[in-house]
Amino acid sequence: MPKTIVQEFTKGLWEELPPFRLVLGLCPVLGVTTTMENGLGMGIATTFVLFGSNLLVSLLRNIIPQKVRIACFIIIIASFVTIVELLMQAYAYPLYLKLGVFIPLIVVNCIVLGRAEAFAYKNKLSYSMADGLGIGIGFTLSLGALGAVRELLGNGSVTIWGDTSYNLMSVFPSFQPFEFMVQAPGAFVCLGLMLCVINAVGD
Amino acid sequence: MGYFELFISCIFVNNILLAQFLGNCPFLGTSKKMETAVGMAMAVIFVTVMAGTITWIIYTFILVNYDLVYLRTIAFIVVIASLVQFVEMFLKKSIPALYAGLGIFLPLITTNCAVMGVCVLNIDKEFTFLDSLAASLFYAIGFGLALILFAGLRERILLARVPKPLQDTSIALITAGMISLAFFAFQGMV
Repeated sequence: MPKTIVQEFTKGLWEELPPFRLVLGLCPVLGVTTTMENGLGMGIATTFVLFGSNLLVSLLRNIIPQKVRIACFIIIIASFVTIVELLMQAYAYPLYLKLGVFIPLIVVNCIVLGRAEAFAYKNKLSYSMADGLGIGIGFTLSLGALGAVRELLGNGSVTIWGDTSYNLMSVFPSFQPFEFMVQAPGAFVCLGLMLCVINAVGD
Repeated sequence: MGYFELFISCIFVNNILLAQFLGNCPFLGTSKKMETAVGMAMAVIFVTVMAGTITWIIYTFILVNYDLVYLRTIAFIVVIASLVQFVEMFLKKSIPALYAGLGIFLPLITTNCAVMGVCVLNIDKEFTFLDSLAASLFYAIGFGLALILFAGLRERILLARVPKPLQDTSIALITAGMISLAFFAFQGMV
């Protein structure tokens, strides 16, 4: 049974939620989620690229030859990544510096290429746009959630755009920041445990 | 920085997989069997060294000279994609066994963030030509080392009884965290 546009959009939020359901594109997931703000920023940048590349690939799907399609997808994606890079340098420079090498690396994010290949190349424009937006928003939410958990446990507080909005130490005065969580090994362990929770809930 | 410090720094302290989180998809994807892990490690070392040096040359002599620095991302990915294509043709012709063993993962090196990441890091850190050649090699060796260590552990995990929600990727990630913790101990050496 063909899905409706709404279903294509909402599947990115649970059924195919990246990176938990589709285990792809893990590098930025692990690399930038030391704070919630970084996670959300990275998610929004990826969503823009995902939406743009899905739109263009879907528009050009009858022109792009089968044999060189991957190269064409990569060039399209790279162009959108360059746009994001320039936009962030102009309007969100501090965030651009924090995310560093991970912004150019959106070009090799498997989720973006995966959606172009598996979805946008085979589907109509409106469906591809819904798919790109849904997967992108799902990715942003996952990154935000992982960032929030790590920041809360690692620093004891969550900061969003300069305001400390939630402080664990005011609720539990004896809470000691669990620094392991914001360091490199904590990223793997935290993602592994969240995946376990999602698996348990999903079943 | 001397080459010995660079060696320790790239392989252990700033390990591309475990400390910088680049190249995690092949890390989880090809580590189920030792054989594929070794093949992947070799392919990545070869492609990274070639890509690291070629992109450095293109960046320094073409992009900087003609004021085209904003094209960096596009230029680098094109270089990497064509290199991977070249390696694929070479292996198919001369080492068919390895080609068959690597299967889908060889074309996927194109989207391996470790390769692209090393190229970008070389530029960001303003390395000289020899430094970036050495750094590319050391980063890639670090990738191979972590991947092979991890594959060994995963073969052991197959024999263990893991609770159902934790199975497969979840336990793999937690194991990766433990190796990362071990590599973390090298911090402060350089």
